[in-house]
Order: sequence, then C-alpha cells, then structure tokens
Amino acid sequence: MIQLIINTINQLSKTVGHAFSWCALMLVLGTCYEVFVRYMLNDPTSWAFDLSYLMYGAVFFMAGAYTLSRGGHVRADMFYRLWPERTQATVELTLYVLFFFPGILALLIAGWRYGIESMRINEVSVNSPAGIPIWPLKMMIPVGGGLMVLQGVAEVLRCVQCLRDGHWPARLHDVEELENQILAEAARRMAGEKAAS
Amino acid sequence: MSDPAVALMMLGILVFTIMIGFPVAFTLMALGVGFGFYAYFQAGQEFFDSRVFYLLTQNTFTVLNNDALVSIPLFLLMGYLVERAKILDNLFKSLQIALKGVPASLAVATLATCALFATATGIVGAVVTLMGMLAFPQMLKAGYDTRLAAGVVCAGGCLGILIPPSIMLIVYGAMAGISVVKLYAAAILPGFLLAGMYVIYVVAIGYFKPHMAPPLPKEENHIGTGELLMLLAKSFLPLTLLILSVLGAILAGIATPTEAAAVGAFGAAVLAVAYRTFTWQGLRESMFLTARTSAMVCWLFVGSATFASVFAYLGGNVLIKEFVLGLDLNPVTFLLLSQAIIFVLGWPLEWTEIIIIFVPIFLPMLPHFGIDPMVFGILVAINLQTAFLSPPMAMAAYYLKGVSPPSVLLTQIFSGCMPFVYIVLFTMLIMYVFPQITLWLPTQLYSR
Repeated sequence: MIQLIINTINQLSKTVGHAFSWCALMLVLGTCYEVFVRYMLNDPTSWAFDLSYLMYGAVFFMAGAYTLSRGGHVRADMFYRLWPERTQATVELTLYVLFFFPGILALLIAGWRYGIESMRINEVSVNSPAGIPIWPLKMMIPVGGGLMVLQGVAEVLRCVQCLRDGHWPARLHDVEELENQILAEAARRMAGEKAAS
Repeated sequence: MSDPAVALMMLGILVFTIMIGFPVAFTLMALGVGFGFYAYFQAGQEFFDSRVFYLLTQNTFTVLNNDALVSIPLFLLMGYLVERAKILDNLFKSLQIALKGVPASLAVATLATCALFATATGIVGAVVTLMGMLAFPQMLKAGYDTRLAAGVVCAGGCLGILIPPSIMLIVYGAMAGISVVKLYAAAILPGFLLAGMYVIYVVAIGYFKPHMAPPLPKEENHIGTGELLMLLAKSFLPLTLLILSVLGAILAGIATPTEAAAVGAFGAAVLAVAYRTFTWQGLRESMFLTARTSAMVCWLFVGSATFASVFAYLGGNVLIKEFVLGLDLNPVTFLLLSQAIIFVLGWPLEWTEIIIIFVPIFLPMLPHFGIDPMVFGILVAINLQTAFLSPPMAMAAYYLKGVSPPSVLLTQIFSGCMPFVYIVLFTMLIMYVFPQITLWLPTQLYSR
C-alpha cells in the first residue's frame, strides 16, 4: 500500500517534470527564432522576451518535485552519509516535518490565492503590446507547490519504509548524470575483473 | 529577545540544518516563512493575511520571471548536448599530436582538452570522469607520475565553473546585482591566467623532472602536418568556434546572454548532428537533466529570496555588518578573512549554496572596504576551484577515483591535487595585487 502511494506520486512527479522539461526546447527554438528574425530580417517579434522567462520558469519550477523524487536538491551530506540508514531516516523524517512542510504548504496556500487572483483578472505581461498571458506563470506557484507537497509525502513515506525495513528503498531511475553513468559502469567493470581473477 | 538576535538565531538554525544534510532550498523557505511570521506579526490579523505570505509568493514570482536567470537552463542544455556528442576522443587525440613537441605534452594536452571541454559544458563531474577514462590511463602508460597525472585531470576538469560562459557567474551576478556580461568579461583573463599557470607548472615539471612526465617515444605518434591540420579542423575547430561565437556575441553586446545561450544550445545540437552522434535518447536525457539541474539551482533562489528578506527585515544584515566593521579590519585583512571563510565553506558545501546563501553576507560590506564586487566575485569563483580539489570533499578526486584502476589510491589523487590548490591560491594573490587583470577587459569594453 505504502509502496503503491510512493510509486504513484513518483510517477506523477516524473511525468510532469519530463513534460515541462521540453519547455527548455521551446525556449531554445523561440529565442533562436527571435535572433534570426531580428538580426537577419530586422523584424523582431513582440513575444520572444515574455516567452523566454515563461518557459524558463516552467522548466525549473515544475521540475522541482521531479528533482526531489530523484534526490537532486542540493544538500551537504558530509555527516549525513556516515550515519546508519535508520538514523538517516529518523533525522530526515523529523526535518521534513519541521523544515519542509511549513514552507511548501505556505507556498501552496498563499500561492493559490495569488494565482487565482491573477487568473481571474486574466493578467497579461506589460513588457509588450502582444498581451502575453502572465497568469499561467503565477498559477504555477500553487500547482508546482502542490506537486512538491505530494512529493514530500512520498519522501516521508520512504523514511517510514526505511525505518521499518532498515534500509532505503531504491529510487526510480530514468536518466542519470553522465558522470554517474560512467562511474556505475566503471564499478561494474572492476567488479567483473575482480570476479574473473 | 531583540530582533537582530532573532535573526542570528535564524542563521544559526540554518547552518545547523545544512550541516545535518537536509536539502537547503526547503530549509531556507521554511525558516523564512516561520521567522517571517514572527517578524511581521500583527495582533488580531487573520493567519493568512500575514505579510509573510505575500512576501513568499511575490519573491517566488520574482525568481520565476527573473530574466537574468533564463540563460541557466540554456547553458546547461548546451553543456549536456556537448557532453553527449562524443567529441572528446578526437579532441584529445588531435591536441596531443599538435602539442607533442612540448615537455610533458600529454599533460598539457589534457589540460587544454579539459579547459576547452569544461568551458563548453560547465559541468565538473562529466569532464573529470571522461578524461579520467581517456587521458589518465594514457599518462600512466607513458610513465607519468600517478599524482601528477591525477592532479592534471582534476584541476583541468574544474576550470569550467570559472571560464565563461559559466553558470556560477550567472548566479553570482544575480545575487550581487552585476550584469552577467560584465562578469564574463571580467572572468576571461583570470580564467586564462589560471589555466596558463597550470600549463606552466606542468611544462616546468616535464622540463626539470622528466622522470615524472617522460617524453613520448617518437615513432608512436608520427603523423603528417596535413593530416594533423585536418584532424584539428574536424575536432578542435568546431567546438572552439561554438564557444567563441557564444562568448563573442555576449561580450561584443551583439546578443544578450539568453540569446547567445539559446544559439549555443542550438549549435551544440547541430554539432552533434554533424558528428553523427545525435540521438533522440541523448536529446531526451539532456532535456531531463537540464530540467533537474535548473530546478536544483533555481529552487535555491526561491528559498533564499524569502529567507534573505526576512533576515534583513529583522536587522541581521546590519548586525553582521556592524560587527565586521567594528573589528576595524583593513581591506586586505577583510579580503583574506572573507576568502578564507569561503575556502573553508567549500569543504562541506557546494558552490551553489555558498554563492546563494553565504556570499551575499559579504556583499554589502564591499563598498566600505573599497573592493570592487566584480573583483570579489571572480576571486570567489577562483577560490571555489579549491572546493573541488582539496580534501575532504574534493568531488573531482572522488570522480577520478571512481574511474581509475584500483592500484591508484585516493591519497595519491589528493596529494596530486595539492600543487594545483597552491597554484589557485597563488593566482588569487596575483589577482589581488593586480586587479587590472580582472577589470581591464570590462573597462575596455563597457566604459564608454
């Protein structure tokens, strides 16, 4: 049951994170198009600037929960990694209650009022006469915050699992940084060589 | 308890929680909200009418539409695409042949490859592991001293966080309110200076202590000049042109960093297509990693924005500033002290945390000591090279250890990195004595 909840939340965060990561491609293509028409055709667009930060905001904010589900947020684990896994889970569980949920829940609830208000008046950007809607960006605060809350619940459940079983459950894997891929490969190769000799 | 004392408590809890190892972005946000609720408390007010919630959403939105940060995902994407274009083998091979007459040629070629590749990718781990698989075994086979070979790979791989277009300088610029364009201009000469010092050190070793870096046997790398030029044109030239055009467009003021970064990312994809190494799988991986790394950096901004406003509102900044000014330091001692603190912070922390949380504490004091924030920023960027190189946290050393044969000991890698740490410190000294190294190019380009 716990596992099912964790998996569902992880899957949701991953799907949303993956979907919004393509905003980075839109950012590249939109900006390149702007560069082309401005410098080559001397006919700049009115929407490229607004598009750029909308896409940037979407990429990083909506990928926040996905990043959390991969353990990707910056932490100084100098001491943490030396502890037994149960201790890690106890500490982490406590810290999630104290230092995760208060901030993120505030972001969700306050962001909801902020986003709804902006959506209600159909707020547009003041940067250009093109009238690019800006409310989706504000609405992202409660939506991204809500995803974070859900992912936080999954992380807390992982701590509970670890306390129960004595070891951390495996994280989902999709893509890894190249250095981690290489390191894993090297470790496998060396283990193979050792077994052969 | 007075308000500034509360602010100090807030900072104390933050440092404690960071050291325990909780993700920093959330700690910052929770502390900002919690202490902010206290700071802005008004009796009789509805809970959610507290100003802290307005502050939180407004600050979050400011990070969301911060156009100075838009280039972060773009440069990351460019880096991930270049990383996956499998261009390193030929790049290293061509540079190695081109440099064969130089003493310690393999090490110099490694440094040059690292510098170029790291500049394009800006990611430390990838460069160190890739070069650790490619160049490190070749140096060992050629009879190089293990420590020297290890130090060269680690030090070279870290140059990417300093030499523009680097993410670190974008982040520093956003924190210090300096244009990224100027910072890039300021970082170029110091970046080359540091890389140049590395090369000089390695060449000197090859010349004076040839047993540590023996010359290669002649017949092994015989290749005609025409062939060499072809090889360079195929492997060295395209990447160099990509970097130079991105940087050139930014520095010449032709394009904004965002535009140049977007074209750079597009160029990196074109490069991969031209080398026939472009795959959808690679593109997908690059996209997802870009999203994750951007989230890692930018969520820190989200957390720190609220934390910093509340900290300042409670008077924490003023308290620290008055304390430091009360110490009656002269500019040199202040600079030494601040850089020493950053050096030490580099052991347990990553550069993102240092620049977003701790460097801003020093920034308001710079005018008092007459230190240019640009010079300070470049010094920090150089200083943080050591964070990757010196034990106990030396990430670069661990990456290299992970890909090297078991006979190479971690202690050997550490001791190999140490000379390069000294070179970094020496370079900082030179930059302090001659601030023109940093300021000359930005003054030339943007003073009129």
